[in-house]
Amino acid sequence: MEQDITIQERQPKDYKSINAVRWCPGCGDHAILNCLYKAMAELNIEQENTVLISGIGCSSRLVYYMNTYGMHTIHGRPIAIATGVKVANPNLSVWVATGDGDSLSIGGNHFIHAIRRNVNINIILFNNKIYGLTKGQYSPTSDRGFVSKSSPYGTVEDPFHPAELCFGARGTFFARSIDVDLKNQTDLMVESAKHKGTSVLEVLQNCVIFNNGIYKKYSEKEFRDDKTIFLKHGEKMIFGKDNNKGLVLDGWNLKAVTIGEDGYSMDDVLVHDAASLDNTLQMKLALMGTDSDDLPLALGVIRNVTAPVYDEEVEKQITEVQEKLPKKSFTEFLMSSSNLWEKK
Amino acid sequence: MPTNTVITDLKQVTIRFSGDSGDGMQLSGTLFSTLSAIFGNNISTFPDYPAEIRAPQGTLHGVSGFQVRIGSQGIYNSGDKADVLVAMNPAALKVNIDNLKKDSIVIYDSDSFESKDLEKALFITDDPFKELNLSTVQAIPVAITSLTKSSLQGMGMDNKEMIRSKNMFALGIVCWLFNRPLEIADQLLEQKFAKKPNLVQANIKALTDGYNYASNIHMTASTYRIETAENNKGFYTDVNGNLATVYGLIAAAEKSGLQLFLGSYPITPATDILHELSKRKDFGVKALQMEDEIAGISTAIGASFAGALAVTSTSGPGLALKSEALNLAVMTELPLVVIDVQRAGPSTGMPTKSEQTDLNQALYGRSGESPIVVIAATSPTNCFDSAYWASKIALEHMTPVVLLTDGYIANGSAAWKIPDMDEYPDIKPNYVQVNYKGAPEEWSPYFRDEESMVRYWAVPGTPKYMHRIGGLEKDAKTGILSTDPDNHQFMVDSRKEKIDRIANDLPLLEVLGDKDADTLIVGWGGTYGHLLEAMMKIRGEGKKIAFAHFNFISPLPANTEEVLRRYKKIVVAEQNMGQFAAYLKSIYDGLNIFKFNRVKGQPFIVSRLVEEFIKIIDK
Repeated sequence: MEQDITIQERQPKDYKSINAVRWCPGCGDHAILNCLYKAMAELNIEQENTVLISGIGCSSRLVYYMNTYGMHTIHGRPIAIATGVKVANPNLSVWVATGDGDSLSIGGNHFIHAIRRNVNINIILFNNKIYGLTKGQYSPTSDRGFVSKSSPYGTVEDPFHPAELCFGARGTFFARSIDVDLKNQTDLMVESAKHKGTSVLEVLQNCVIFNNGIYKKYSEKEFRDDKTIFLKHGEKMIFGKDNNKGLVLDGWNLKAVTIGEDGYSMDDVLVHDAASLDNTLQMKLALMGTDSDDLPLALGVIRNVTAPVYDEEVEKQITEVQEKLPKKSFTEFLMSSSNLWEKK
Repeated sequence: MPTNTVITDLKQVTIRFSGDSGDGMQLSGTLFSTLSAIFGNNISTFPDYPAEIRAPQGTLHGVSGFQVRIGSQGIYNSGDKADVLVAMNPAALKVNIDNLKKDSIVIYDSDSFESKDLEKALFITDDPFKELNLSTVQAIPVAITSLTKSSLQGMGMDNKEMIRSKNMFALGIVCWLFNRPLEIADQLLEQKFAKKPNLVQANIKALTDGYNYASNIHMTASTYRIETAENNKGFYTDVNGNLATVYGLIAAAEKSGLQLFLGSYPITPATDILHELSKRKDFGVKALQMEDEIAGISTAIGASFAGALAVTSTSGPGLALKSEALNLAVMTELPLVVIDVQRAGPSTGMPTKSEQTDLNQALYGRSGESPIVVIAATSPTNCFDSAYWASKIALEHMTPVVLLTDGYIANGSAAWKIPDMDEYPDIKPNYVQVNYKGAPEEWSPYFRDEESMVRYWAVPGTPKYMHRIGGLEKDAKTGILSTDPDNHQFMVDSRKEKIDRIANDLPLLEVLGDKDADTLIVGWGGTYGHLLEAMMKIRGEGKKIAFAHFNFISPLPANTEEVLRRYKKIVVAEQNMGQFAAYLKSIYDGLNIFKFNRVKGQPFIVSRLVEEFIKIIDK
């Protein structure tokens, strides 16, 4: 097989397939797709060594729009299938496009186990808190009381927070973005890809048809600065239109304060440590803004730690065994069996 | 050997070791069959054990048995009834009454036949033999427990440890009875317990003392010499069906030059495939224990997409869980081997018991028009060839293949001649960069080879052939999503035609016995040995009978119709309620089919088969 050895700079358009994009006009998925083209161009990864795997749902159509290798699979299983791709060939860059229904409901088991194993794949989790492709049922991330076609009187169940599942499964990388925040989102995709192990990027994605405007309070320009905080490893946790708000510790809890008021100075503001193995504070950061509005919603890389990578460990064990044993053909292996006899 | 014991020659004999599931009967049985195979006998074994790991001691449902049949010829199955039963407790005697011949020798541990033991096995009198109406068997009491304890005195073992070796004392007795040299047993024990030299010593001592005890008291008037097999020179090992399956996969991976990948989840009786492949890192095998059955097949599909020889192993309930993913492999036309070691169902059923009830599930258990390849292994050693064929067909024809084995052949073992791998056909997948003649930019993923209808395999990492496949229907020409009515019909037809054409590459169906008989016995899969012996016995009684056994089920061998139409009467014998018979009828009109069905979780009984088949012949 001939390999292209000249280093070429790839452009976002090089990752576009010939298939026409068929999402609804105004859907957040368009923004996510464009960010992915840009992120891949920035990473300059070879199309032939890139594999996109998706499940079922609006999010999962993404595969068809990529000029890479790809498989649009079945509901809930893309992460397990991606695990197989990556373990079989760890040289491939393997991505999963999935949604809250696909990976937190029917595929919840594969989601937590891939994270636990720390398979080196990049999961982009489109969280629109709704089943869009089946036309509007509540999802496992819909808020309690959410009214939908399948919950006309409101749901009587609490939602999952993807971050809690990820941390509960001892995840090594969790980041969050908002679909319309193109620059940061592209950067976060690049960060996800660079992480060795399972990366989960939760994208707060707007479904323009069935759940329009649920993230408005975070995404609209006029609120965004006050209602969200973009966390950066090693930097102070400050936010707000005038960059004058910060997060401090109040006992065991986080508290949002205005710097210079109530006796709080910049020295009191916490510094974000995404690399801390202890995920207690990261968990608190990830849950901010989900149950009450007193704290800003955290965006950016919330956790990014190093741990053994499953697909590498699988190969390592094989190498270790093979180094100890002389290489044998299958026939030589049988002939060296301790349980062998000759009929003469 | 005492001179006053007569040695009688036998062509073949069936021995059953039976005791509590903690008594080590599986080990006694395995050692005896292996040493007999090394000694030159043909062997066929049948481990018959409960699903419970340790049921309450001495109870009927805790009985674990191991039947082995050895001899010079005609060892096609593990035998109907035992010539010799070793019963370690009353429960083991009771559950085996139907497995005994009139004149069977029953060696029992008299230490375990006290009244409390009899109560546990629900005997109401203190004479179990009388109570079971076993007046004609030759019952030989041996105080196996106490003799084992005195044998191992002074070896620094506690009571419990000493008792654990009573299976070896019993084995020693059986070795004497059949004139087996102990040296081979000693060697096998040394291998088995290589890391525990104390245990080796104790077991060899108990084994030897058991042998000597039987010899000294002239336990029976006669001992037996089993003729050795004269066939086929060469090197041998013994394998059970699961191990042979694993070897077939490894051989296919080597021949095709591909990495072997297994995604699996533990399930009886298929788990040994996962165990054995997990050991084979020396061959670079990646065997993954996943979080569930669905992840097992899903990782395999991912690995297949990435270019590996991908396999998932399971049993009936697991196949049910995998069916949606299996359909993805049908739709994406990816190579995949799915091994179903059938067990008694439905639902959890009887996990350790064997039957052939998953045929319909394998053929039809998916949504949509979903043609698939189905192969059924016919014996423990045939699992090797069947797994090799399954891999070859999957890789060369870009299709999932379901390989049906069953608990009986998966756990049963036989001597296996080391194969000459040069005699096995090459495995050459239809790689796009090798076989596609057009320009890469014009290629699309559902382009097919004209002759075989097989689509080209473009593995990630191959430049210029990036493509997207998936569960949605695609346009045959562009590979883009399509709901066009004519295109769907065309794709449905193409997927079917692709499977049908595989028949061109398969061996033809063979007819054994009297080709010109009126009646044809038809079987498939793991019942081969029983049906073959039944056919031979019927011919031995001077009646004409023919026999055709199916290894390939979907597609059927190309000459199937021609063979079936030759016979006035066809009797389809299977361990289900008639699934293969219905399948044949659905394809070929006007066959005169009789059915013989047994769904008991136990192997066929040859004498019953003979009786029933003769009735049909005489009709």
